[in-house]
Amino acid sequence: MPDLLLELFSEEIPARMQRRAAEDLKKLVTDALVERGFVYEGAKAFATPRRLSLHIAGLPVKGQDVREERKGPRVGAPEAAVQGFLKGAGLASLDQAKIESDPKKGEFYVAVIEKPGRTTPDVLAEILPQIVKNFPWPKSMRWGAASKEPGSLRWVRPLQSIVCTFGPETEDPEVVRFEVDGIASGDVTYGHRFLAPGAFRVKRFDDYAPALERAKVVLEADRRKDIILHDARDLAFAQGLELVEDEGLLEEVAGLVEWPVVLMGSFDEAFLDIPPEVIRTTIRANQKCFVLRDPKTGNLANRFLLTSNLAATDGGRTIVGGNERVVRARLSDAKFFWETDQKVKLEDRLEKLKSIVFHEKLGTQYERVERIAALARELAPIVGADPALAERAARLAKADLVTEMVGEFPELQGLMGRYYATLQGEHPSVAAAIEEHYKPLGPSDRVPTDPVSVAVALADKIDTLVGFWAIDEKPTGSKDPYALRRAALGVIRLVLENDLRLPLIQLLAKPFARNASDALFEEFLKVRELVDAIDHSAYSSVIKHPTVPELTAIFQQRQLQNAETLAHIMYSRGLDLLSFFADRLKVYLRDQGARHDLIDAVFALEGQDDLLMVVRRVEALGRFLDTEDGANLLAGYRRAANILRIEEKKDGRSYDEAPDLGIVNAQGQIEEKGLVVALDSARREASDAVANEDFEGAMRALSRLRQPVDAFFDKVTVNAEDSALRENRLRLLNALRDATRAVADFSRIEG
Amino acid sequence: MTSEPAHMNPARSFQGLILTLQRYWAEQGCVILQPYDMEMGAGTFHPATTLRALGPKPWRAAYVQPSRRPKDGRYGENPNRLQHYYQFQVILKPNPPDIQQLYVKSLEAIGIDTSVHDIRFVEDDWESPTLGAWGLGWECWCDGMEVSQFTYFQQVAGFECSPVAGELTYGLERLAMYLQGVESIYDLNFNGLEGDRKVTYAQVFQQAEQEYSRHNFEYADTEMLFRHFRDAEAACRKYLADGEPKSGANDQRHLMALPAYDQCIKASHMFNLLDARGVISVTERQSYILRVRELAKACGAAWLKTEGGGVAA
Repeated sequence: MPDLLLELFSEEIPARMQRRAAEDLKKLVTDALVERGFVYEGAKAFATPRRLSLHIAGLPVKGQDVREERKGPRVGAPEAAVQGFLKGAGLASLDQAKIESDPKKGEFYVAVIEKPGRTTPDVLAEILPQIVKNFPWPKSMRWGAASKEPGSLRWVRPLQSIVCTFGPETEDPEVVRFEVDGIASGDVTYGHRFLAPGAFRVKRFDDYAPALERAKVVLEADRRKDIILHDARDLAFAQGLELVEDEGLLEEVAGLVEWPVVLMGSFDEAFLDIPPEVIRTTIRANQKCFVLRDPKTGNLANRFLLTSNLAATDGGRTIVGGNERVVRARLSDAKFFWETDQKVKLEDRLEKLKSIVFHEKLGTQYERVERIAALARELAPIVGADPALAERAARLAKADLVTEMVGEFPELQGLMGRYYATLQGEHPSVAAAIEEHYKPLGPSDRVPTDPVSVAVALADKIDTLVGFWAIDEKPTGSKDPYALRRAALGVIRLVLENDLRLPLIQLLAKPFARNASDALFEEFLKVRELVDAIDHSAYSSVIKHPTVPELTAIFQQRQLQNAETLAHIMYSRGLDLLSFFADRLKVYLRDQGARHDLIDAVFALEGQDDLLMVVRRVEALGRFLDTEDGANLLAGYRRAANILRIEEKKDGRSYDEAPDLGIVNAQGQIEEKGLVVALDSARREASDAVANEDFEGAMRALSRLRQPVDAFFDKVTVNAEDSALRENRLRLLNALRDATRAVADFSRIEG
Repeated sequence: MTSEPAHMNPARSFQGLILTLQRYWAEQGCVILQPYDMEMGAGTFHPATTLRALGPKPWRAAYVQPSRRPKDGRYGENPNRLQHYYQFQVILKPNPPDIQQLYVKSLEAIGIDTSVHDIRFVEDDWESPTLGAWGLGWECWCDGMEVSQFTYFQQVAGFECSPVAGELTYGLERLAMYLQGVESIYDLNFNGLEGDRKVTYAQVFQQAEQEYSRHNFEYADTEMLFRHFRDAEAACRKYLADGEPKSGANDQRHLMALPAYDQCIKASHMFNLLDARGVISVTERQSYILRVRELAKACGAAWLKTEGGGVAA
């Protein structure tokens, strides 16, 4: 079966786009072929800085013949209908049509249209220009004289030439002829820009790849990566050193060369005084070079590895010399930053944060630091940190943003703060917190455990979340420009992995008041003591969110204008953020393998704002339902709930009043009485256990309902003749349904 | 090169480098212009690039442009940073199909042997918010060092480039430092001579760097600069309005696009000076950039109504 070879040869394609582009090319071409009925045996795409190539093996020489029968008008139909039919079917006269008949329609004409399958090159010549023209580059451009015309070809960088051949292994393949914006396909390509720039002809993939290799082009990105990695390791090993591996950098440099040649350079040992992360970042970001370490000490060595695109005639001496010059200049800059930064204490940099706008509506970094410091101080006792240390760490946490080093390398934020804090003699926990307060950065990032770090990390994230909620800038769909989902997940992981008790409502109320940069929240700032008052309102383990009327009353009491509006906004945005947390927690728990229905069953209860307690409850519920008692109680609950649903619907009313004990005592059966007693004690025990956060205990208490419930359903007829008795029994079932709500909303449990 | 005296060798002489590039690009059919006689932040601001990039007419030019970046002054003390330095600018419109090759040959012309030097084109897209311009291209590396910017202009002054121009910008001092093998700009040999007759970059420019750094950071009269900004902005608007073709007139060409654009250049430089003096806050900064961009766009629109911009005489 014949093969297709396609190469799109262009000026240098950005490294970060190459892999994706190769995949897109493969998908677009194979999809278009399959859509036209062409199957193939295999396809593989390749990218280098100057070319996208595609090899499709085992394509048929032509498409399937198509035979189509088209029904026409009945025999004797008006001339116009006949002519229309002939024209549509491409027939010259009715002689070319068959006559068929069926009982309903009688005799009618049928045209048999036989379309021979089109040759594959024809089809390719039709689909490829479209694919080239509409290629999904992240960014594309126009160029050259053709760009004068509207609608001229756009490509990532100027497209220079196209190779497209098709044919079987045994014969010379043919060139698939097409043209895109003046570029005609052919069978000529070019080698390495400097090592083998000449043009040469190619036949098919089998000779294309080796010909490129002779012309100093390694076609496969993964092979270029392998070459770089192995050569780098070997060069390092020869010097008794170890490569500091960096997959992202490796991928990038493999996209910057067609013929990788790894070379080693060195720099003055004196630069090793600079923190290793700085050296690595400098060399990586500016020079795209790898650094090396001494395997014995783990310290960085004064060497680096560069990947050139040239087998130089001087063995690379000039290239190494040039790169060393640049590395030297960069490290000199870094050393200068490192030394000058140390001359100003972190606290003396805070003034400068006033000129950095965090967000137009959320004020400057300075204001943000003030808020975070206050919040970190408040959080400190909850997380077991020293409030003074937490506040200090929060105050210094953003100071490195205005250091020279972080100005140059933003990715070193936090880390540089830690270095400078340590150098100026800050408490180790403060220094650590400056670095760690950004953590965790994602689901796999480490969660800080030092209480000071935890306090500042929480304060930073909560301030961000509350701030953006206050100004109504929430993530939507795939858009989350301020990484708020990540911040919420960060809070969740900080809380759960450190076993923290954090009633969120209480926590969120104050920052809402503090995010005071727009006019509305100026108002909130004024009512800060009020918020304190709300905080101190009585709550047990689950704090009750103040209702709008309650909030309004408080605001009115203080003679604030628009008290009700304020109350509404504060209430709804607070609740909204809380439900965002609930959603993130569900995602998190689901990722941890928890049953989503159990999570829903717990969240359906009121006032679930303590993440740790939610998780404990979900865990206890899962274990309980796995026991026989649990499963039976769930069955009993369902039976009760079903009967209630049916009867309530039938009667058009609910039975949520308490059962009348008089009726039970006077008319009830023994099982009914037993259930009343059991319910009473189970409910009391369960609620006591919940108050003590003993969810296992609460479940255990409920499990004691199993026998009385079973006995009740066994012996008692709910729909008694006596309507008072019936009503009372329905109320009893309702009491059972209610009792389970001490631990979860059983109606949400599936399976 | 053999016919030229040794002191003209671009590897030994800063001016030799400039002259070699000028000769090379002259051979490619560029008009060799002299620097524009106004202060500007980059060679791109020169009307030979900004305005000539607009409209359908072919255009090839090359020139040296002193670039003034008041904020980059370091009182003559930093070996790599200057508030005044030279850019060598080439514009080819439309870009010829072999423009990359022409660029590589220009490197060979100044003595960069591509069999031992590693030349690379690394993605770097260009955008000038002040000029309302953007393009795609690369930074060109020689042995890991950025020696040029290479841009295919897609839009200038808010208008699509049609056809697209290719722009090359060589950072002359940096390139010369590499060619001459010196570590400080100030050590560059300016005239390529040795002994008593040798003139260094320091002799030509170090005093200026010290004086202008003082001026830019400490003494520039900010009240005057603010006034000059407003004046330039108003003058630009006025010339644009005065130069507008009269409705109903036969000749529908704009009459003063170039003088108006001079005022746009001036406003941009005033802004750069004010910025260096630290009297423009973060939020104001954005609005100043926007004001200059509005001028640039209006000038671009006016230019497109001139002969140079493609309107028949």
